[in-house]
Amino acid sequence: MNFHAVRAIYVYEMARAFRTLLQSVVSPVISTSLYFVVFGAAIGSRIDEINGVSYGAFIVPGLIMLSLLTQSLTNASFGIYFPKFVGTIYEVLSAPVSFIEVVIAYVGAAATKSIILGLIILGTASLFVPLRIEHPFVMLTFLVLTALTFSLFGFIIGIWADSFEKLQLVPLLIITPLTFLGGSFYSIDMLPPFWRTATLFNPVVYLVSGFRWSFYGVSDVSVWISLAMTGLFLAICLTAIWWIFHTGWRLKS
Amino acid sequence: MAPILKISGLSKVYDSGFTALKSVDLEIDKGEIFALLGPNGAGKTTLISIICGLVSPSGGTVVADGHDVIRDYRAARAMIGLVPQELTTDSFETVWATVSFSRGLFGKPKNPAHIEKVLKALSLYDKRDSKVMTLSGGMKRRVLIAKALAHEPEILFLDEPTAGVDVELRRDMWNVVRELRDGGVTIILTTHYIEEAEEMADRVGIINKGELMLVEDKAELMRKLGRKQLRLTLHEPLGALPEALADHGLELGKDGTEIVYTYDSQGERTGITTLLSDLSQNGIRFKDLDTSQSTLEEIFVNLVRNQQ
Ligand SMILES: Nc1ncnc2c1ncn2[C@@H]1O[C@H](COP(=O)(O)OP(=O)(O)O)[C@@H](O)[C@H]1O
Ligand SMILES: [Mg+2]
Repeated sequence: MNFHAVRAIYVYEMARAFRTLLQSVVSPVISTSLYFVVFGAAIGSRIDEINGVSYGAFIVPGLIMLSLLTQSLTNASFGIYFPKFVGTIYEVLSAPVSFIEVVIAYVGAAATKSIILGLIILGTASLFVPLRIEHPFVMLTFLVLTALTFSLFGFIIGIWADSFEKLQLVPLLIITPLTFLGGSFYSIDMLPPFWRTATLFNPVVYLVSGFRWSFYGVSDVSVWISLAMTGLFLAICLTAIWWIFHTGWRLKS
Repeated sequence: MAPILKISGLSKVYDSGFTALKSVDLEIDKGEIFALLGPNGAGKTTLISIICGLVSPSGGTVVADGHDVIRDYRAARAMIGLVPQELTTDSFETVWATVSFSRGLFGKPKNPAHIEKVLKALSLYDKRDSKVMTLSGGMKRRVLIAKALAHEPEILFLDEPTAGVDVELRRDMWNVVRELRDGGVTIILTTHYIEEAEEMADRVGIINKGELMLVEDKAELMRKLGRKQLRLTLHEPLGALPEALADHGLELGKDGTEIVYTYDSQGERTGITTLLSDLSQNGIRFKDLDTSQSTLEEIFVNLVRNQQ
């Protein structure tokens, strides 16, 4: 294991986040705060409590998940796509590092960043609404697993993409709709029966539901199913990484 | 001496179907400066890229100091440094950070003293806290060299290091290269400045259309293929060469004040003695004479032309 290399890439990627602090931390915090103002205060005051939780507090886990997913994805995909785009990837390719070490470093850094961001948003939310976290350990487990899974997914997209359009395609066309329709802003019990069933095919539902359970002890689907699903997505991404590794890097000609 | 780099039957067919390398065999000795010469598209960058792990070979093997560059890539790559042809740098990093990053990436623990030494040798030390994007092209080239040297490689590849580089940097660079060679580092460079190969290299390889046409000790190459010219400056200009001298294949130059005789310095007979006696028999007197040897450039152009 080339620890020096993993550390070098990890530190480099973290430094990139600090350089672009505005973009990587401030802007998600602002947009989340806006959600609280609009949905929590303005609209939320007219919505009844859901499962005994005020609407403003109800949407917090979903909002954190929303940022966690998109930030993991964009961070990790950009982290590997950019060196490819400007050509600096030559150095990583010529270094004595294995593919797995590169994955650990890039994905680890992206996941770390989005976990930190998730915690910052949690802190921001606590300024707006009274929060309680009934199962902090489960909460952290979901946070870490989700960040890892979607950072891996982002890394795969970054390797696959050969243009900025493709890089933005997946987050835009798939992740944003899935998160908005993933029960961040409502309980799926509130949906008509057909949509309630359809929603169960949306993986984000399981993440949001499980994450919300760790806060308030109430969920749309069983927390064990949520955990199992999260593990499944992680396994799928790991398999995809393994497959990319075995079919060549896709970075070499 | 055992070669530090052994390339055997190396070939590359790109996905496009283009054959960039045709079974190249080459051995590089430890501590030498080897210049790879060839026109654009000859396959120089492809060859270097395969050795450094940027391109997968279609066939053949490369062994660096006993380590196969694919099976034993960790050991092989740890001893290799690469300065790529393109100016590809991290724009937003400082010089110090990007060079330190390279050292870590190649598996070496931090060593600020070494980074400082490298930056000073390349006149980059004053710029260590500058962002790379604020530097000029020549300075960026220095940064790339510093990055390649950050992990103290034993084999250094320089892919057209002086393309588009000013005189000062070129001089600095050759000083660094000589110093590295004195420290036992093996250096392989590609260049299209033939004078550079001539000035710097111990051995020269000529590659064209993916084939390594010739590998030769530089001095040997110049001697073997070198044609020499003898120039005689005449006392009185000649209108035309006398019939009697037709067999020598002379050329009359500079408005008839100079006779140029081209001969093969390797030949059994250079023909100089007979030429001189023929000249005096015809009453041609000269006041000065001078010989010159063909440059690598001329050798190179001839070789490439013959292949076409
Ligand atoms: N990725 C690639 N796909 C297809 N052809 C390539 C690729 N890279 C280089 N080539 C071709 O291979 C040949 C050799 O290129 P290169 O090794 O860069 O030559 P040199 O460095 O000697 O100028 C060129 O004709 C080039 O067009
Ligand atoms: Mg080239």
